[in-house]
Amino acid sequence: MKILVPVKRVVDYNVKVRVKSDGTGVETTNVKMSMNPFDEIAVEEAVRLKEAGVATEIVAVSIGVTQVQETLRTALAIGADRAIHVQTDLETQPLGVAKALKALVDKEQPGLVILGKQAIDDDANQTGQMLAALLGWSQATFASKVKVEGETVTVTREIDGGLETLALKLPAIVTTDLRLNEPRYVTLPNIMKAKKKPLDTVTPDALGVDFAPRLKTLKVSEPAKRGAGKQVGSVAELVEKLKNEAKAI
Amino acid sequence: MGILVIAEHDNARLKAATLNTIAAATKIGGDITVLVAGQGAADVAKAAAAVAGVAKVLVADDAAYRDQLAENLSALIVKLAAGYTHVMAPATAFGKNLLPRVAALLDVAQISEIVAVQSADTFVRPIYAGNALATVQSADPIKVITVRSTGFDAAASTGGSAAVENVAAEADSGLSRLVGQELTKSARPELTAARIIVSGGRGMGSGENFALLEALADKLGAAVGASRAAVDAGFVPNDYQVGQTGKIVAPELYIAVGISGAIQHLAGMKDSKVIVAINKDAEAPITQVADYWLVADLFQAVPELTAALG
Repeated sequence: MKILVPVKRVVDYNVKVRVKSDGTGVETTNVKMSMNPFDEIAVEEAVRLKEAGVATEIVAVSIGVTQVQETLRTALAIGADRAIHVQTDLETQPLGVAKALKALVDKEQPGLVILGKQAIDDDANQTGQMLAALLGWSQATFASKVKVEGETVTVTREIDGGLETLALKLPAIVTTDLRLNEPRYVTLPNIMKAKKKPLDTVTPDALGVDFAPRLKTLKVSEPAKRGAGKQVGSVAELVEKLKNEAKAI
Repeated sequence: MGILVIAEHDNARLKAATLNTIAAATKIGGDITVLVAGQGAADVAKAAAAVAGVAKVLVADDAAYRDQLAENLSALIVKLAAGYTHVMAPATAFGKNLLPRVAALLDVAQISEIVAVQSADTFVRPIYAGNALATVQSADPIKVITVRSTGFDAAASTGGSAAVENVAAEADSGLSRLVGQELTKSARPELTAARIIVSGGRGMGSGENFALLEALADKLGAAVGASRAAVDAGFVPNDYQVGQTGKIVAPELYIAVGISGAIQHLAGMKDSKVIVAINKDAEAPITQVADYWLVADLFQAVPELTAALG
């Protein structure tokens, strides 16, 4: 079985983002970029399935500017076999991305697509579900455990009240939650090996996909700051403040 | 203008987040219809019909909807959506799983986790873990939206008297099935609905030590939450997690114990009305959002606080 793993290049999760003064977005020049952490978990899960003999080939996909190839190289270093870069300078929005991925799925015919549940830049949490819809496939989002057996994938999902287990008919879409696995550290030999793995580039036009953004961002602003707080010296003072000043208890 | 709100429920009770979604729909304006898709969910339909501002309740009663599977629900909603300008659901695990599938089938964008309504086509939503707010406008004929509960005060659960109508079910897709659920049983209030939350972080040291927080929570009638670090360390189950990728909460009082305040945790609680931090590190980032902070050993301070509230 082939597994397709889409990955996104985002501002590194350790970076404290700054809103641009003209309100058009957040500062991304000279900012460290990395693979979206949930996507790293997706690649790791695919590699583990290959190591377990369930998957035969892992294809990593990324959509965006030329630099997303660096993110694809990271996926190859973790253990993907080859990569596809869909080159575009347009803003990537989930529906357009899902359409591009559908075109690639039609071509590659994977048995499973594993995606991160959300990207930590736009926090949309949509692409996997949209891709499942466009393909008419089953979906299991927010996965914390994945088990493939024959024509079925059994997925444990993190839901609001606890956990839920679904059995899906393959082919299927799985999106990863934090506790699915802990991605391995990428070693230098694997980084060197990744440089030699195949990486193809295609355009949305070649895939026949309408990639135009549907949502217009009118403004990006900073959230309201909280008022300055104060340190209290003792539990008694804390209780007094909560009772009489904040009136919270 | 007509708005279709998808009710979140477990066939027995209407989930509270649905009321916040109805409140957001009220801000957009227009007739509000609530869809209750389930099996034997008559009580849910009754509860939805009583919510203030609801004009109509549609009930789809079928075994295919019992387990709230996205494949089956989305097919039903897409069939109904043509008559509406907006389709909305809570931005909970339920709504986040379902609505992007609906949007893609309708070939429209989905707008995630709105926290404010500016007009019928323009909404505010947090990005970058709440470190920025984006105002976005949709030109799509149907706006498909998930609503962050903390952005809108819940609609009143009484005062409405909506008509209840049955709608036909679509065929079961047969693509997926529920194998089982393991739901956390707790006598304490649910995190997202609690007035007070007591949350613990890595500083708690172990799962057993959460008993200290539970004692405090029970004194306050509070829910117990945790940071991602505490969940990852295996101290408590994952549905305790408050943060960007866990639950987003905004209670009247949030007491953070042994939590340093990573960005992703702050994203989940910084809209709380009053924030208290108890931490032995005076430089912890949590102090930047706290209204009151106490630099102390939590193993002394928490029992002392519990006793002081006696």
